[in-house]
Amino acid sequence: MSNTAQPVVEISDLVKSYRRGEQIVPVLTGITFDIAAGDFVALMGPSGSGKSTLLNMIAGIDKPDSGSLRVAGTDITALSEAGLADWRSRNVGFIFQFYNLLPVLTAFENIELPLLLTDLSARERGEHVAAALSMMGLTDRSDHYPSELSGGQQQRVAIARAIITDPTILVADEPTGDLDRVSAAEILNLIERLNRELGKTVIMVTHDPQAASKAHTVRHLEKGELSAG
Amino acid sequence: MYFLKLIVRNALRHRLRSGLTALGIVVAILAFGVLRTVVDAWYAGAAAASATRLVTRNAISLVFPLPLTYMGKIRQIDGVKSVSHANWFGGVYITEKNFFPQFAVQAQSYFALYPEFVVDPGQMREFLRDRKGAIVGRKLATTYGFKPGDQVSLRGTIFPGNWEFVVRGIYDGAEAKTDTSQFFFHWNYLNETMIKLAPRRANTVGVYVVGLTSADRAAAVTAAIDATFRNSLAETLTETEQAFQLGFVSMTEAIVVAIKIVSFLVIFIIMAVMANTMAMTARERTAEYATLKALGFGPLALAAMIFGESLAIAGAGGLIGVVLTFPVAERFAAEMGSLFPVFNVGRETVAMQVAAALLVGAVAACLPALRAARIRIAEGLRNVG
Repeated sequence: MSNTAQPVVEISDLVKSYRRGEQIVPVLTGITFDIAAGDFVALMGPSGSGKSTLLNMIAGIDKPDSGSLRVAGTDITALSEAGLADWRSRNVGFIFQFYNLLPVLTAFENIELPLLLTDLSARERGEHVAAALSMMGLTDRSDHYPSELSGGQQQRVAIARAIITDPTILVADEPTGDLDRVSAAEILNLIERLNRELGKTVIMVTHDPQAASKAHTVRHLEKGELSAG
Repeated sequence: MYFLKLIVRNALRHRLRSGLTALGIVVAILAFGVLRTVVDAWYAGAAAASATRLVTRNAISLVFPLPLTYMGKIRQIDGVKSVSHANWFGGVYITEKNFFPQFAVQAQSYFALYPEFVVDPGQMREFLRDRKGAIVGRKLATTYGFKPGDQVSLRGTIFPGNWEFVVRGIYDGAEAKTDTSQFFFHWNYLNETMIKLAPRRANTVGVYVVGLTSADRAAAVTAAIDATFRNSLAETLTETEQAFQLGFVSMTEAIVVAIKIVSFLVIFIIMAVMANTMAMTARERTAEYATLKALGFGPLALAAMIFGESLAIAGAGGLIGVVLTFPVAERFAAEMGSLFPVFNVGRETVAMQVAAALLVGAVAACLPALRAARIRIAEGLRNVG
């Protein structure tokens, strides 16, 4: 990926700690780096290194104690809860380790969910969802509930849900962590395709070196600090 | 539509749990409805009272009669349109458990004062012609199978002896609240018999029923009647028909209060059960709420989903409870015989049942909705797997 592209994520001196009883546990201690638009970044590191916390903050679902964090041109540390919710709905696509699909909704309805926050009509939403299902090769699974789908299929539904609103960035937290080797490879190829063909900026947390090998940039975190990758 | 679908599917997610909770609400709303109807039945006499009727009784006690001679004097008082009288008979039909109210009345004037007792003119003529004739209410006739021409024998308790009557007519109520469990016969039959058996008790009446020219004359006429008989051997106490009826209710006020308390207690208990169900539901869905928040849905959307689900379960249970109240109340009234002369599920009761069901649903959703709104997304997402 070209390093001359405009950064979509600008992180400067980011600090985050958690309170555990009386103790203050530092998680991120002054992280600074940028992510270019269209990049595919893998965040790696041992458990407790702060990579998921960093991902959550980039995605706007957690707030730093201090530091600056601009994503898609917005200083998201300055946004209110409602402002952040609105910002997330337009700018972030989430891919979770355990898919996080609503079990009472079909594949079609799960993918449609984020579109309810837009002004699209039911017909337009239907067209978008049908296109996403087709892209994921799930057209024939449209009316299936998550419990009727395999892990790989569920993750593909989750990816379709993540991209349905055409977000600026895709955040993936261990997207292959709950999948077998074959399904994991399929999902990684799909994410890579989204990055390559649609130009989506992907930020992925993973323990798996094979998954990280798909990324253009690999960032290692160690005890809340970036180490050379 | 999308959210409605989501709410319904969520409500049916744990069918057993939702079903048992809804069943609890059915029972609670049903019990609430029947208990409220019992309370209404208690006040039925007062509710059916006319604003243009007064009741004059002996000031010392209802047990003591008034002289028949008062009738003419009352009729002369300004504002009085008509006067009739009635005696509580208190007879026993076969056995003591067959209780129903029996009154010896001055038939023509009494039925003229109670237009809500609707009698076929032919049957009324038959009744007026027969000294031993009786008119019975539709409910009473149905309970004991009385029909015109039947002989009915009552064993007197206040007025000794065996009293024979012939049913000459059946009256219907002009309104649902009209008491159709009463038995009326001629005061003349009672009086003539008393002249022979106990002359000192003859020519007396239990109460006078006074018809007014207009309802707004009630206070003045009440005062005038009681003033007329002040310092006499039998001083009077006159009150509106409603106050007279409420006087009977007040004797059993403690029972009514107890029933009211129990009816609200039932609702409070089911509210706690429903709140527990919704709390469990919300706790299990922490990750889903966190996911929805991550996708950009706000606290209000989550609250709407939780309230919707809670109201759907409570509403379904409440609706079935309301529907079942009618046959259960009918069965209950049949079992009670003539203890409750009027036992109808009123509109107010139905409105209270619906309100109670919705209140249960709304209150049960409050805390889970608040918790869902406060979920921190990053923490909530960790609840998966």
